[in-house]
Amino acid sequence: MQLPSFLRGGLVSPFQLRRLGVLGMNARNVHYIARYNDRDKYPIVDDKLNTKRQAKRYRIPVPELIAAFETQPSRTRVMGVIEPLEKFVIKPARGSGGKGILVIVGRDGDEYLKPSGSKVTALDIQRHVSNIHSGLYSLGGKPDRVMIEALVDFDPVFDKYSFEGVPDIRVIVFRGFPVMAMLRCSTHDSDGKANLHQGAVGVGVDLATGKSCHAVQRGIRIDKHPDTEMPFSDLVVPGWQELVRLAASCYEMTGLGYLGCDIVLDRKRGPLLLEANARPGLAIQIANGVGLRTRLEHIEKMDLEQLEKNVEERVAYSMDYFSAPPLV
Amino acid sequence: MSPRAQVYILAALLALMGAGLTIYKNVELGFPLLPGEYRTVWTIEAKVRFNADGGPAKAALTLPRAQRNMEVLGETFSSSGYGFNVIREDDEYRAVWAKRQASGVQSLFYQLDVHQTPGAALEQPLDLSTKVVAPLLGAREQEAVRQAIFSLVGTARERSSDTRTFTSELLTALGDNRNQDRNLIFGYYKDRSFVDVALLVLAAADIPAHRIRGLYLEDDRRRLDPEDLLEIYDGKRWVVFEPLSGSPGVPKNFFIWQRGGKSLLDVEGGRDSGVTFSVISNDVPARDVAMLSTSQEKEALVDFSIYSLPIEQQSIFKLILLVPVGALVVVLLRVFVGLRTSGTFMPVLLAIAFIETQLFTGLAIFVLILILGLWIRFYLSRLNLLLVARIAAVVVTVVILMGAISVVSYKLGIEQALTVTFFPMIILAWTIERMSIVWEEDGPYEVVIQAGGSLLVAVLAWWVMTNRYIEHWTFNFPELLLVLLGFIMIVGNYTGFRLGELARFRQLVR
Repeated sequence: MQLPSFLRGGLVSPFQLRRLGVLGMNARNVHYIARYNDRDKYPIVDDKLNTKRQAKRYRIPVPELIAAFETQPSRTRVMGVIEPLEKFVIKPARGSGGKGILVIVGRDGDEYLKPSGSKVTALDIQRHVSNIHSGLYSLGGKPDRVMIEALVDFDPVFDKYSFEGVPDIRVIVFRGFPVMAMLRCSTHDSDGKANLHQGAVGVGVDLATGKSCHAVQRGIRIDKHPDTEMPFSDLVVPGWQELVRLAASCYEMTGLGYLGCDIVLDRKRGPLLLEANARPGLAIQIANGVGLRTRLEHIEKMDLEQLEKNVEERVAYSMDYFSAPPLV
Repeated sequence: MSPRAQVYILAALLALMGAGLTIYKNVELGFPLLPGEYRTVWTIEAKVRFNADGGPAKAALTLPRAQRNMEVLGETFSSSGYGFNVIREDDEYRAVWAKRQASGVQSLFYQLDVHQTPGAALEQPLDLSTKVVAPLLGAREQEAVRQAIFSLVGTARERSSDTRTFTSELLTALGDNRNQDRNLIFGYYKDRSFVDVALLVLAAADIPAHRIRGLYLEDDRRRLDPEDLLEIYDGKRWVVFEPLSGSPGVPKNFFIWQRGGKSLLDVEGGRDSGVTFSVISNDVPARDVAMLSTSQEKEALVDFSIYSLPIEQQSIFKLILLVPVGALVVVLLRVFVGLRTSGTFMPVLLAIAFIETQLFTGLAIFVLILILGLWIRFYLSRLNLLLVARIAAVVVTVVILMGAISVVSYKLGIEQALTVTFFPMIILAWTIERMSIVWEEDGPYEVVIQAGGSLLVAVLAWWVMTNRYIEHWTFNFPELLLVLLGFIMIVGNYTGFRLGELARFRQLVR
């Protein structure tokens, strides 16, 4: 039975969503995160310093770590580290949802420049470091560590698709199989941030080819970037196979069954793992215009033999099986 | 077993346990399921009066024994200058007052509160003697009286099939003043009461019988004399008869004071003794009745519960027991609706504050403190303080704000705002801090969304928590928390869509 739209108040029927294989928050928490992600593996992904250490062991490329401060650092130590640097990123090791990340892209005399062009003083940086240490951005307000990372030398391929910000690629990996991918492009609306609910554009990326297959901003389907007017139909992620392979190998690295990998493209080094997420959000479904559930259930039905495949075999399987229907 | 099945089994067990305890407390202990239920409690006062001779005096009054349909809630004795104790002899309780020297009119009081509960009045079997002492109808009674008695017995026997019907028939005949035999008997035994005569006739018919003394419970009756019922043994059981009507069974509202046995009152060292009763009824909240009746038996369930705490702690627990209900509201809104709040259970704490401050005062004060706090926090952020010091500064500021609001509103005559102290300060300070971060990172819109979500949840939680039924249930049946726990576990298993997701994913449906 279908209610007329004005009675439903902009809501759709849950049965229809289910039929389309859309994954909801509750089902994600109960069926996937609770079942496939062991709690003792969380520290690997929840603390970015641990992630880096683990990535090194598994030879997964990550942005270069310049310094990490364990204790509340003195002014001179922080300044000593950032003084010679033009570009760098300061982030909390245990921040969630991109909170507390300060990106500096240049200098203007004594002041530092953010990607949006606004200026930050040395004192602001100090305060930010102190806030991170006191646990302002960490879960539960626990004291946190500060990381200073080299700014990724972004591949210019996305320059025209991202405004004032950092584009990154999120791949959902389930039991080692990449199942869905999206590119998050910041916009003027999103203030340079790659958060979809703040107005960033989510671009669904076809697992088989690395081509864009769908794009949305604030839940509405679009064809071109709102600021740069670039059509998404031309967008292809270079080195796609390698990128997907990197995402798939995060399964071995983290031991997490249900996982979101955030990857950036460096001009010289290729794809780098920015961070892994044990509780990846569901906006990727909106970006792709496709539900996740059917894909996850397909992998859940696999037998042991298929699950014991190595990274290459898994990537090949996913690229073949989860390719998007061609754009009309 | 899969975790899901475990959850359902555990939830079912918890729910069964909680519901079972609740039903037990309701049915067996009489805790009312609905708030505002009242029960009638009868206060019966026995007044013993006698004229003391001047020497040692002693009065012994038979006390009522526990009976099924009457619950004794408490008893008090008042006897100025008298030594007092309760003795048990021959299966009877007797109150004994004694004094070395007493003269003039003496009044002694015994008072008890009883509550009528549904059920049969008397217990069977009773260890009462069934021996019949045949009345000596030979020498003293005239031949005519003897004939009349046997004639009555004979007629009743002819018109009946067993002891019960016989007794009914006999009592009816004894009550019928057109009956010649009956009139003859009562004419002879002028000084005896109806029940005395009935007992005599029953003894002549060889039926074990005795007297029951008691009172009809009616409101506001004074100086009542005890009334009598008859109890006869039909060969298997004791059956009570209302003597005048001859109908079997204990009349409604009849409180049995003494069943068989000795005299009601014995006085030594005094004359003109007598006992009179007065009865009044009170309507008492049903829970108090349940508490009184169970406190005597020290029911484990009540004794090891919050009722054993001092009243002051009980009132605190009354509030604490509402927290799980608030938590349930949060769970429902999170799992089924998907509302965003700042801090998962912060709305519950807010709701508790609202209970103390009243809703609208609470809302106004909360918004006021939040706005002022955010404003001050923005200034503090320019001073480059360490986080913990900054939050502490916000805490101090919040306290000062609360003080200021209290004083100013008091001067203005708005007493309600004085309740501001119930707000959890540390939580408020953290909320202000988090909100200011949200403001910096996600913009003021997100602050409004989160604060609004928190307030909405808090108001809903407040609304549920102040419901008089919910209040009644959580406090009087804390075991219902087990049911709630089971329910929360089942909700925790819900994997369907949230209401918010039906809007969020609507573009996927084309």
